Amino acid sequence: SLGGIAGRGVAQGDLEPNSYEDITSYNNFYEFGTGKEDPARYASAMTTDPWSIEIDGLVDAPGTYDFAELVTGMTMEERIYRFRCVEAWSMVIPWNGFELAQLLDKVGVQSGAKYVAFETLYRPEEMRGTRSPVIDWPYREGLRLDEAMHPLTIMATGLYGKPMPNQNGAPIRLVVPWKYGFKSIKSIVKISLVAEEPKTSWNMIAPNEYGFYSNVNPAVDHPRWSQATERMVGGGLFASRQDTLMFNGYEEDVAALYDGMDLQKSF
Amino acid sequence: MGLADPINKTVRRVPVWSVYLMGAVPMGWLFYQGATGGLGPEPIKALEHRYGLIALQLLVAGLCITPLIRFVRINLMRFRRAIGVLAFSYVAAHLLVWLVLDLRSIALIWSDIVKRPYITIGMVGFLCLQPLAMTSNNWSVRRLGPLWRKLHKLTYLAVLLGAVHFVMLVKGWQWEPLLYLGAIVCLLALRIPAIQGPLLQVRGGAMKSAHPRGG
Repeated sequence: SLGGIAGRGVAQGDLEPNSYEDITSYNNFYEFGTGKEDPARYASAMTTDPWSIEIDGLVDAPGTYDFAELVTGMTMEERIYRFRCVEAWSMVIPWNGFELAQLLDKVGVQSGAKYVAFETLYRPEEMRGTRSPVIDWPYREGLRLDEAMHPLTIMATGLYGKPMPNQNGAPIRLVVPWKYGFKSIKSIVKISLVAEEPKTSWNMIAPNEYGFYSNVNPAVDHPRWSQATERMVGGGLFASRQDTLMFNGYEEDVAALYDGMDLQKSF
Repeated sequence: MGLADPINKTVRRVPVWSVYLMGAVPMGWLFYQGATGGLGPEPIKALEHRYGLIALQLLVAGLCITPLIRFVRINLMRFRRAIGVLAFSYVAAHLLVWLVLDLRSIALIWSDIVKRPYITIGMVGFLCLQPLAMTSNNWSVRRLGPLWRKLHKLTYLAVLLGAVHFVMLVKGWQWEPLLYLGAIVCLLALRIPAIQGPLLQVRGGAMKSAHPRGG
């Protein structure tokens, strides 16, 4: 399978991944409901084959690509990353995928492009959560072009060597390990290269709570909770919190992207 | 009236201690589930939320007692104290999970209480329930007399704060907390004389004075 190919690891350290069971049973994927167990319960209704991704905007080769066609020729790797949710829980996940930069190189980014915008599938008949207006569907996310081109940024097509489970964003999702989890948009059907900062879903709902950047930062609290600590999922009823790391532990790799920016303001 | 009498007759045979027992079982059961993996991979948050939700449900149940008597003549008054005491116990359990299992730090707890409006609101709601729990015994009812009634109107504020706490803590606008808030606002509105009066008249003037008491 496309998701099942493992390769060299990057920035893995000595991270111990959460169990497959944890990773696939505790999810935020509001298209299937707002409860953590809803995605595992209802996401099987989503058809992921056939799957196509529309790529448009400032690219040399715009078009609607079949999923298999799009990932052909990409170098698949396993990346064991920390995953930090904005709700102050975290996991360690062994993703399978390829660098987003490879895909962007394949379609040819034009010089005017400054941002990449992404959209999740919106198909109410298969995604029961989208029948409530919790979010202005479809779900949208975005990255600055240099963030998108960063080698830590991947498009994941699987985890634990298995194809991506529906509840985790099958068949293909973004993973940006130094940002809060909601930036890592799932089940992508559209990628646009654009000149202006794109609108992103949680930022549209509550701009004071969710910034465009949403880099993991223990020094900038979410208005409704502290971001200084987090709890690793899977530790049981008596697990204690651990300190949250700047840029989720990827500071060395990514801090330079934000040189000169006030991270309190551009949170 | 057709349905009320058989219901009241049946209900009279239900001992109050059984309501306490039924109410207390989920608290222990959920804790056991949380400790043994039955609440999923993040049991602390799950337990915190489950206790909080049951507390709110019990508070809503408590608010239903008086309208049930006034409007449909179903009398569950003898269970009201048990429901209230159970509600308080679940609020306390909800708070304890947050303090002891979730945050575990006086500094974190205090900064959350003062910095996060939804937590401030939740704490105020809990404080409102404090004197009610302490006076939920026969001695206090006798001792306080009419003041007891007045004091226990604090429930209205506590329930409202509980629902607002729930609406504020979820991400985005979700139906569930809004439905609780809506139900609570309606149940409180039924206590306003200008709303209650006309409704009772519609029901039939004969019953107007049957049960003038209750909160």
